[in-house]
Amino acid sequence: MASTEQEILEGLAEIVNEETGLDPAEVQLDKSFTDDLDIDSLSMMTIVVNAEERFGVRIPDDEVKNLTTVGDAVRFIQGSQG
Amino acid sequence: MLLHGKTLLVTGVLMDSSIAFHVARLAQEQGAEVVLTSFGRTMKITSTIARRLPRTPPVVELDVSSEEDLSALADRVREHVPHLDGVVHSIGFAPQGAFTFMDASWEDVSTAVQISAFSLQALAKAALPLMSAGGSIVGLTFDARYAWPVYDWMGVAKAAFEATNRYLARDLGPQGIRANLVSAGPIRTTAAKSIPGFERFEQEWGTRAPLGWDVNDAEQAARACVALLSDWFPATTGEIVHVDGGFHAMGV
Ligand SMILES: NC(=O)c1ccc[n+]([C@@H]2O[C@H](COP(=O)([O-])OP(=O)(O)OC[C@H]3O[C@@H](n4cnc5c(N)ncnc54)[C@H](O)[C@@H]3O)[C@@H](O)[C@H]2O)c1
Repeated sequence: MASTEQEILEGLAEIVNEETGLDPAEVQLDKSFTDDLDIDSLSMMTIVVNAEERFGVRIPDDEVKNLTTVGDAVRFIQGSQG
Repeated sequence: MLLHGKTLLVTGVLMDSSIAFHVARLAQEQGAEVVLTSFGRTMKITSTIARRLPRTPPVVELDVSSEEDLSALADRVREHVPHLDGVVHSIGFAPQGAFTFMDASWEDVSTAVQISAFSLQALAKAALPLMSAGGSIVGLTFDARYAWPVYDWMGVAKAAFEATNRYLARDLGPQGIRANLVSAGPIRTTAAKSIPGFERFEQEWGTRAPLGWDVNDAEQAARACVALLSDWFPATTGEIVHVDGGFHAMGV
């Protein structure tokens, strides 16, 4: 089932919160995973795998390095849901 | 089915790209019951990825560098299955410093050797109370007879790993337990991608291997692991089976 940008952002914020304890309100479209949210590669892997399950999409490893900001991830997930 | 009624412990499932993931998948398809191990912060990823297998297996905690985990392993596995017919060692790690041969510190090298080589003995010893005659231990190596680009101290650790396999074969043979390795060509996994300059292997391999080579196909190596875990190599131990498209047999 396709989700809206807002739904994906909220879902992603929940996943990030679960993994890192970050306040979901911090997880905004223009935030960089590494620079702003301080998420390391292992946490990023966990977040990606959980996002795949939650949104029913596949995020190939080669794509993950292009997902710099939360917005990049939201747009990729939305695009993959078609 | 090749593994009908067998119970296996499979280490090393991180992502669904992991060689061990494909071993676990094929083993289940061939009738085996599988228990996975993972450790520390990767437990969560392994548990999520485990749900992508045909049947979701239990995941027990094992950091091969932890004495505590090693001595608790048999009991942790017993919570799920009473015995083991096979153990898959699919574990490799070296600190980044180990990939620069002339500048690496002993600290980097000793970590690489502990987690990538000694761990084969440690894992076998920890699982031994659950094993009996007919049992099979299978590990994964990258041909350690040569000096490769960038592989550096990981290559040295793999040489120790291959020797460890031969000594395991010696010491477990009298109990009817076999120990063998699959020497795989380069496969694009998390571990491989953490090696700086891994692409250099990828390009060479496909052109030199007589059968060709697909760096995205972990199933070929996994199939050989399943075969070695089965009853179809009953008199083979201390062996290294190359699953590399034939690369190892070519001169130029
Ligand atoms: N990918 C290749 O090109 C290739 C080629 C030949 C051999 N291998 C070997 O295959 C094996 C599996 O690697 P892979 O390529 O599937 O990569 P992978 O990253 O998917 O798997 C490596 C595994 O090692 C585990 N590990 C690391 N440190 C550990 C520790 N302290 N305790 C327990 N587990 C630990 C990780 O959790 C991970 O599951 C390794 O031994 C590797 O050297 C890989």
